[in-house]
Amino acid sequence: MSLAKRIIPCLDVDNGRVVKGVKFVDIRDAGDPVEIARRYDREGADEITFLDITATHDNRDTMVHVVEQVASEVFIPLTVGGGIRTLDDIRRMLNAGADKVAINSAAVFNPEFVREAAERFGSQCIVVAIDAKKASSPDEANRWEIFTHGGRKGTGIDAVAWAEKMVAYGAGEILLTSMDRDGTREGFDLLLTRAVSSAVTIPVIASGGVGNLGHLADGIINGKADAVLAASIFHFAEHTIQEAKEYMQSCGIEVRL
Amino acid sequence: MSCVAVIDYGMGNLHSIAKALQHASPGVQVQVTADAGSILAAERVVFPGVGAIRDCMQALVQSGLADVIKEVADSRKPLLGICLGMQALLTVSEEHADTACLDILPGKVVRFAPARSDVNGNILKIPHIGWNQVHQRPHPLWANIPQDSRFYFVHSYYAQPDEAAMIAATTEYPDAFACALAWNNIFAVQFHPEKSQSVGLQLLKNFLYWDGKIQ
Repeated sequence: MSLAKRIIPCLDVDNGRVVKGVKFVDIRDAGDPVEIARRYDREGADEITFLDITATHDNRDTMVHVVEQVASEVFIPLTVGGGIRTLDDIRRMLNAGADKVAINSAAVFNPEFVREAAERFGSQCIVVAIDAKKASSPDEANRWEIFTHGGRKGTGIDAVAWAEKMVAYGAGEILLTSMDRDGTREGFDLLLTRAVSSAVTIPVIASGGVGNLGHLADGIINGKADAVLAASIFHFAEHTIQEAKEYMQSCGIEVRL
Repeated sequence: MSCVAVIDYGMGNLHSIAKALQHASPGVQVQVTADAGSILAAERVVFPGVGAIRDCMQALVQSGLADVIKEVADSRKPLLGICLGMQALLTVSEEHADTACLDILPGKVVRFAPARSDVNGNILKIPHIGWNQVHQRPHPLWANIPQDSRFYFVHSYYAQPDEAAMIAATTEYPDAFACALAWNNIFAVQFHPEKSQSVGLQLLKNFLYWDGKIQ
């Protein structure tokens, strides 16, 4: 008897619609977020993450409304990310019914923001999202660099060192996305996932690249992740979350069924 | 109509708990309130909370709600503490170098020991986040909830009551800790029933029908 590994479906939301891109471009429409969240809840999702991929001012109001609607009928943890820049952004999302917020670019520009947010709202609701891309050449030791702005801007910051720093600043969890794998359906970057998960004391959610159920199990067993996040394999109904959990259980992973 | 007060002292996500109570029992009147009179007039009281214990205790003392909660605890009115609301019921918390709590349930709140491993040799992360099994001991609030059901947890500290008889359920991480406490009209849980899907809603429903007695 122990803690279950989590499966977290992710909804990329653009102006109130769920979309899914390949390597952060080539957007496909996948439906209504409230409808999809309801389905994931029925199928046994352990949490749901919403990423506001454009995060303009108008879009933010739409997102608050989506979270409010979902939170009034879906009773599992909800995380909202994308464009979280101020304590007021966090307060609005928590008041709308989110349990956690994911902070990405704003943490890179001002790491103190993570500390302030953790002190104000508690570490349990502060997820630091890290978008990482391999920066080492094949003959070098593995090294990954973090990117901001939905993967468009490099920072020169080492991903593992950054994750450790974010723990020290009060992050409660890390959402780790491989920019090399996101949208490719080739599986998680397991070396990246394991490097970060082994370096930090807080839970790590692996993200980016899931194309089949085997990838989810790999993320836990070989990537040492505490939770796995995926979008397209669930959105287009290739697999239900229930199927994913049954498969993971058959691999010896403890899940909530 | 049955009325439940959810204590609002500025700590945490009261929207979720209010919605979940309403969903668990559509006929119930849910009042999110900081008003002592309304809390004392309600038939049942929910004491939620997330965040840091020092801020929580400061807010409770400054608002006068600390005394209101003690009054509810001393009455026969059913009281449900959730997460930080559970921890605040104990005597003292290790968080922020020994923070004095409400001292309603004798005992202390301690932090998970770092760098413990599971059976596969993987380091157990802190906070303890996710769905873990809850091993019940007999109590009316567990009605219609299967033994060892999984509830959603997110915390780094846990309660250690002085009296083992107060333990209403345990969870392992990796050692067993008290994840639910019960004493007369008081029930308190470390996990989040409002985020634990159907079993969580069932627990809330059981609370809304509970008369505050341990049959």
